[in-house]
Amino acid sequence: MAELVIVDTGCANISSVYFAIKRLGVEPVISADAAIIKQAERVILPGVGTAKAAMHNLAERDLISTLQGLQQPVLGICLGMQLLTAHSMEGDVACLGLIPGEVAPLNAAGLRLPHMGWNTLHSISQHPLLKGFTAQDYLYFVHSFAVVPSQYSLAQCHYGSDFAAVIGKDNVAGAQFHPERSGKVGARLLQNFLEWQL
Amino acid sequence: MLAKRLIPCLDVRDGKVVKGVQFRNHEIIGDIVPLAQRYAEAGADELVFYDITASSDGRVVDKSWVRRIAEVIDIPFCVAGGIKSVADAGKILEMGADKVSINSPALANPQLIAELNATFGQQCVVVGIDSFFDVASGQYQVYQFTGDESRTQKTQWLTRDWVAEVQRLGAGEIVLNCMNQDGVRQGYDLAQLKSIRDLCRVPLIASGGAGTMQHFTEVFSTADVDGALAASVFHKGIIQISELKAKLIADGISIRP
Repeated sequence: MAELVIVDTGCANISSVYFAIKRLGVEPVISADAAIIKQAERVILPGVGTAKAAMHNLAERDLISTLQGLQQPVLGICLGMQLLTAHSMEGDVACLGLIPGEVAPLNAAGLRLPHMGWNTLHSISQHPLLKGFTAQDYLYFVHSFAVVPSQYSLAQCHYGSDFAAVIGKDNVAGAQFHPERSGKVGARLLQNFLEWQL
Repeated sequence: MLAKRLIPCLDVRDGKVVKGVQFRNHEIIGDIVPLAQRYAEAGADELVFYDITASSDGRVVDKSWVRRIAEVIDIPFCVAGGIKSVADAGKILEMGADKVSINSPALANPQLIAELNATFGQQCVVVGIDSFFDVASGQYQVYQFTGDESRTQKTQWLTRDWVAEVQRLGAGEIVLNCMNQDGVRQGYDLAQLKSIRDLCRVPLIASGGAGTMQHFTEVFSTADVDGALAASVFHKGIIQISELKAKLIADGISIRP
């Protein structure tokens, strides 16, 4: 049984997530095999690209029901987080529906898009994943779509408007920023995920 | 609040970091991986690696160093040089780079920008532009093959037209390298950056000319760029990133401490 499986979504940059986990002393397994994913202690759903392409890849690999049935801690990163919600307006596609919510174009109120760079969080809730996080911490974001804030937001970010930076429900959570590219602060989120007890 | 980015640029040739003056006379600065690691730990917000020989001499270049960087670096990094196709870019991104930057190949085949956008998403696609002020015409013009002095040539593009075109094709970020200023440490080309800023809806990165900490304050406050790229002032230890960040914060610039 693997300690941590990174779902091979068929998107390009899985290596950076793989190396970030490895730097924390855990050897991740990258897999698109439903049996291996089901048995993992923890699962990371990465993702770069568009929601439509990613959902297409997951369907092609016959992974949708597997991901929907996971009981262990699950972390979606960037697009992977968006896929956890019910629906994305990016390509008008149904997502995994693990956390209620909608992905909409980020309302940047005239600011430049994509929202690219280091930004801070606010409305940070008490959650094991956010242990040690403060409003002074900077995380690296790259995106043009975002999850609309709701009761499932664990932290928000502001860029023109508020959007959900971290979401969570039961055993499933997601981060819009890239913890694998957010220096020591990002590593803290990944470490918190590795220590998350349900 | 979104922070302005400080971006050390490492020009790479044959696996070593090099730096020239106005794109010439390259000297070796050091090995890639330890330098990259040092910059990440010192507080760099992002790194850019330019394989400066790749575009100009047409050979297949060993890019295995990209993976070695991805293993140790926990900040975003971009790879430029010699990326001529979607397949080339895919390999770089697979090895762990966050973005690819194209320059001469985009001038040879502008459609490559659209193809990269469609395949990997806008956020991966950076277009580098080498812009030179032509005194005779009073215009900024785009140059290509700037990695090799013997092949460097003027294109038919005025810089402002090319900036509009690459955005139309789907670029996610533009690095504007002001060649007149490169390596001479007399300050960023504020007039040019300001005029391009007005035309640029995607993140704009200033490149070429950083010599003092005040130059960074000026480029952020005057030209409103999203990031400032520099090489020699960092490589030669003229500016320490921690001191620079403290000054920029004191000057009221939004910076990640």
